[in-house]
Amino acid sequence: MEQPHKGRHAFSYALPIMIPMGISFFFIGLGFGLYATSQGFPWWVPPVLGIVIFAGSMEFVTIGLLMGGFDPLTALMLTLFVNGRHIFYGLSMLTKYVNMGWKWFPTVFWMCDESFAINATTKLPDNVDEKWFYFHISWLNGLFWTVSTFAGGLFGNLLSDFDLRGVGFVLPGLFIVIFIEMLLNAKNKKIRIFGISGMVLALVMLILFGKQAFMLISMISMLAMCYVAYKWGGVRID
Amino acid sequence: MTELQMVITVAIVALTTIFTRIISFLIFPPGKQAPPFILFIGKALPASVMGMLMVYTFKDTVVLSYPYGIPEIVAFLVTALLHLWKRKMLISIAAGTITYMLIVQNI
Repeated sequence: MEQPHKGRHAFSYALPIMIPMGISFFFIGLGFGLYATSQGFPWWVPPVLGIVIFAGSMEFVTIGLLMGGFDPLTALMLTLFVNGRHIFYGLSMLTKYVNMGWKWFPTVFWMCDESFAINATTKLPDNVDEKWFYFHISWLNGLFWTVSTFAGGLFGNLLSDFDLRGVGFVLPGLFIVIFIEMLLNAKNKKIRIFGISGMVLALVMLILFGKQAFMLISMISMLAMCYVAYKWGGVRID
Repeated sequence: MTELQMVITVAIVALTTIFTRIISFLIFPPGKQAPPFILFIGKALPASVMGMLMVYTFKDTVVLSYPYGIPEIVAFLVTALLHLWKRKMLISIAAGTITYMLIVQNI
């Protein structure tokens, strides 16, 4: 009797957080659908890519790949380069995404920037089942993105009738709020220091290496930073 | 590209993406105790990566020419300060977004 209640209870925490995410996905998905169809692809291509790949920036890149010559090796390398950050999300979630039963695969399959950001940082009350929460956030992410790319493929061109410039700020806005909440809720000062230094590091790498390369370079540097702090600095987090 | 080549390309992208999502869990399965450093990473890295993701959403900001990133800075401050004050997620995001839209549509 307790099982369905736990799921529904966690859902009531997951849904409100997903509202800004849904708005953000909706406009990005519309944009992606419009882009794909404007390149001559049929309306069903954006949702199909959305479902099987489910990684926004890689889907834009895939449209480019499909318009070039057949080059499987480039497809493989580009994907590793663009989506390599998921490896770091996985490392961060090793101790959270465990003992989830059937909910594990969908949660990991739908692990993206947004679901990682929410699941890694949201502070839940003790009576909320966190595994169910992770799962709900993940499938809602998948559903919202699929619906958005579907709408984009069918109706993306209607968007040009409205002046929606700037609406994309919902995503930066969401990440600002998540970051602040993480800093405020952090259990100790060390986590805050890691957060701030990650931000500063990424900013420096963005300026030095540009927007294409800075994510992977930043994450490798962070890993090195963690190693130095752990091995030589003797830093431990409880 | 033929249709088959397109299908193969999409399959490569999709499978490689799944690989990036799943590989960490395969290397360190729940039954096996992960090395202490890996557990440390699990606690330290999310904070750093969140800081990076925030920077990531501003990566397309135009800094060196008009409008010099001013719309982004103003909207960032509105969102951040309002959130520090009220801590109401949706209000902070909505206020920042409306501010940003008003600025970029009127300059």
